Amino acid sequence: MRALKYLIVGFVFGIVLTKSEAVSWYRIYEMFQFQSFHMYGIIMVAVVTGVIGIQIIKRKNIKDIKGLPIEIQDKEPGSIRFWIGGIFFGLGWALVGSCPGPIFILLGAGFLPVILVLFGALFGTFLYGLIRDKLPH
Amino acid sequence: MDVIFQTWPWYLSGFLIGMIMLCLIYFGKAFGMSSNLSTLCSMTGIGKRVSFFDFDWKLYRWNLLVVLGAMIGGFVAVHFMGDASNVDINPKTIAQLAQLGIDAPNGKLLPDTLFANEVFQSPKMVLILIVGGILIGFGTRYASGCTSGHAISGLSNLQIKSLKAVIGFFIGGLIMSHFILPLLF
Repeated sequence: MRALKYLIVGFVFGIVLTKSEAVSWYRIYEMFQFQSFHMYGIIMVAVVTGVIGIQIIKRKNIKDIKGLPIEIQDKEPGSIRFWIGGIFFGLGWALVGSCPGPIFILLGAGFLPVILVLFGALFGTFLYGLIRDKLPH
Repeated sequence: MDVIFQTWPWYLSGFLIGMIMLCLIYFGKAFGMSSNLSTLCSMTGIGKRVSFFDFDWKLYRWNLLVVLGAMIGGFVAVHFMGDASNVDINPKTIAQLAQLGIDAPNGKLLPDTLFANEVFQSPKMVLILIVGGILIGFGTRYASGCTSGHAISGLSNLQIKSLKAVIGFFIGGLIMSHFILPLLF
């Protein structure tokens, strides 16, 4: 059961991202060309839902599933890393039209060439780990 | 029944994505997809040589289960919930893509130009997909998050760092979409 709940959340995530077409290269291109509100609407509603939910969790001290207090961790320290790393990711996102979630979702759906994107992404992750100490953060 | 097969509206999709994030917080975890790439690297045992991957990947098995579920969800949605009316993008976008030589959606999620199985025979397309992947993998780890970790989770938690990252995503995306893609196609 403990494992099953993660599978179910993932399953719903895969369905929603596919049916909303957030996994579509076309939708990402259309977004960066400012030719549709669709993707902006998705991101904005997700963030508004999240902000409201997190505020409720914090103000009512809601406990997690195990009864422990919920602590939402702050992001890692740094500043320049968010700009430069963000730009690198943005370049890749607009080129192949998928962020990390959709890479897996599309592979599951059977789009075989996406395996090349996954190999690249794993190598890129490895590359960061390798040269991390030489990069400004 | 149509609602299953048609494109899901942005307000429903956005709400569900927000709820998925909140669900994972309720489970005592966090919503972030790109960290799975680190976990997969760590599973190979590379942590012995590269300290960044020297962590107990078993702690993140739950997130690999989320990924597995997402893959199954993608399979089900593409094979049993699709419709020829899907991916109804702006006609202007389609015209622009035609100029670049990229095929129109006609119900498909991905252009054949980039994602048909024939691309394995095109060194240029293989290179584009791999380089795109490298940018995604390197960029998300450098920025410590992607769309799920920064744009959704981070902004929902009112993190300035995430706002910087998201602005970065858009700077990079706009440069690619407006200036580099036209040179590549």
